[in-house]
Amino acid sequence: MLTLTIALRNIYRNTRRSLTTLATIALGAAAVSLFGAFITYIEYGVQTGAIQQTGHLQVFRTGYFDFGAASPAAWGMENYQAVLRLIKEDPEMKSLSTVVTPIQSLVGIVGSSENNTSKTFFGTGFVPSERDRMKQWNEYGTGSQGLKQSGLRDGDLLGGISGVGLVRILGLCRQLNLDECPTAPTVSGVGDAPARPPSVDLGELTKRDRPVGNAAQRDSEPTVDLLAATAGGAPNVVGLQITGVELQSAKELDDNYIGMNIGLAQNLVYGRGDHKATGIIVQLKRTEDMPRARARLSNLFKEHGLDLEVRDFTQLNPQYTQIIGLFGSIFSFISVIIGIVVVFTVSNAMSMSVVERTGEIGTMRAMGVRRKGIRHQFLVEGSLLGLIGATCGVVIAYIAAFGVNHSLLTWTPPGRVAPVPLILYMTGAYTLIALTWFGLAVISSLASMIPANRAGRMTVVDALRHV
Amino acid sequence: MTLTADLEAGILAAADPARAPIVQLSNVVKTYKAGSQDVPAVKGISLDIRSQTFTMIVGPSGSGKTTLLNLIGCIDTPTSGTITIRGQNVAKLNDNAISDFRAQHVGFIFQNFSLIPVLSAWENIEYPLMLLGMPAAERRERATSMLEEVGLADQRRHRPNQLSGGQKQRVAIARALVKGPDFVLADEPTANLDSKTGAGIINLMRRMQEQYSTTFIFSTHDDHLMSHADETFSICDGLLVGNVSGGR
Repeated sequence: MLTLTIALRNIYRNTRRSLTTLATIALGAAAVSLFGAFITYIEYGVQTGAIQQTGHLQVFRTGYFDFGAASPAAWGMENYQAVLRLIKEDPEMKSLSTVVTPIQSLVGIVGSSENNTSKTFFGTGFVPSERDRMKQWNEYGTGSQGLKQSGLRDGDLLGGISGVGLVRILGLCRQLNLDECPTAPTVSGVGDAPARPPSVDLGELTKRDRPVGNAAQRDSEPTVDLLAATAGGAPNVVGLQITGVELQSAKELDDNYIGMNIGLAQNLVYGRGDHKATGIIVQLKRTEDMPRARARLSNLFKEHGLDLEVRDFTQLNPQYTQIIGLFGSIFSFISVIIGIVVVFTVSNAMSMSVVERTGEIGTMRAMGVRRKGIRHQFLVEGSLLGLIGATCGVVIAYIAAFGVNHSLLTWTPPGRVAPVPLILYMTGAYTLIALTWFGLAVISSLASMIPANRAGRMTVVDALRHV
Repeated sequence: MTLTADLEAGILAAADPARAPIVQLSNVVKTYKAGSQDVPAVKGISLDIRSQTFTMIVGPSGSGKTTLLNLIGCIDTPTSGTITIRGQNVAKLNDNAISDFRAQHVGFIFQNFSLIPVLSAWENIEYPLMLLGMPAAERRERATSMLEEVGLADQRRHRPNQLSGGQKQRVAIARALVKGPDFVLADEPTANLDSKTGAGIINLMRRMQEQYSTTFIFSTHDDHLMSHADETFSICDGLLVGNVSGGR
């Protein structure tokens, strides 16, 4: 107890030096805590964005993930409705999941007969209501991550959404009243040439299949024609009215994306044949249940002899792992730098303290304090500096985070398209903050070891002689 | 220390504790290294210091008084020779044992007072008792009583920087005596005090020595203080040059 008293009073006695040391530790703790809170927010934000779009898990025919992207039609799941039922009705999966929904991927050519433009696209067919429900997933309270509802209805087999880049390329910005969507300039050598009619008039083809009533209701929305090869290899064409646009996170995706009702995608890919699905999305209530759900799905498929594979969102969104890894590396780097600064500051402060108190060390040793006792005294002092500094740092971090979180700042996280509120996610970083606090206390103790050992090694006579 | 000497010391102590030697130095040499040179500070001193006496070691500056006190106080080790305290050869004790020995048996009073600056007068006195693991209630009682003995009851909460030189030395005396040591070593305890205060400190030390029936060994270069001592050892250039008993 007296050791603690002496340590605290010595910290207080050397006010200026102690304040400098404490300020260094506190700022280090605050910086690490705030950056930790920030990357926790990024991690949760990126994870939320990924899970809102792709779910936690996706089920495919074995091999599709590695080889099937070029020809989704060939890799369709024939009995996907049965698999859907199997997953939805399994008691364990029922308790873990929020959404289980099929998707159909497709690639093809999209053309606007009105503008005489066409382009390759890749699209996704989904159940709009379930897709919109997926966007409500918000386990960490980080919000919508800029994702909007699709605006599509489940029974609507005509409407679809497009990437902003794709409508720009197709020259549909004006019809869709899009801001910041420029009209294509005339390019020398391209605009001068007489327009060549497409070899296949997609518009004419699609008019044959388009339901008359629906078309009348949607005259204000531009129509495009989608051409894709069916699973059997025959060309198939459907019409799509673009009811909305969604800016995609990568330009390549934005220039090629079309989202539509799964029924429409299946019509295009499978025609009048059996409708299949590329995959089944499983969105869970909590990310921590992912390994359990994945294992359960694998067991289910094995039990029922289904040749299906399960991929998680980190595999489906490799940028997630890259972003987390990048920020993790930056965090580690900053932590190490701050740790080194704290080590030198505490070590220097304690060394000065040992030199100044050499006479006192001699007195204490003469009175019978063992070497270990002297070492202990200075170690306690260094540790106290660390604990007080780290505690102040965490308090500063909370105050700063409160200020930032209420300042209505926004930013666009990596992999997202729209700005979201800038939040320093202190509540999600408890473990990290606790580790920072504990780590700095330990570092301070370790930094005191060399001066403390030097104090303990002093001979009594030399220490008493010191002036 | 031979078996015969041990026996003699034991018989002497049993017959008259006051005459028994508490400290025995036998041909003690202490040499310091100064670069490549050996500098002798104590050159083969042998002496016995009797228990419950007010013993003075007198000599000019640089004569080896402080070195001799350091050796007796077990805070330094002799280059050769033996130091026996309470019949025990202290050279055989390791660092921890010698620390514990000092904590239990030796009190120190330093020329520059050497109080712990962050502790109050009362806490400075309590500190040696904590090292002995004494229960808190007993510690408090002893420290308070000792502070009253040296006349500083009103300054119990004062830090050393709030005390005068004489008051500091009184606290140092109380600190040295509070644990009831076998002997107290005082290295020129009046050197940093004016003559009046110094005289007061010597009187206090003498009174406490008699009151607590302990042994005081103090060094000084002031021959005038010899009249206070029961026994005086004069040293010069590291050699014992005189021994006067019964100064009082």
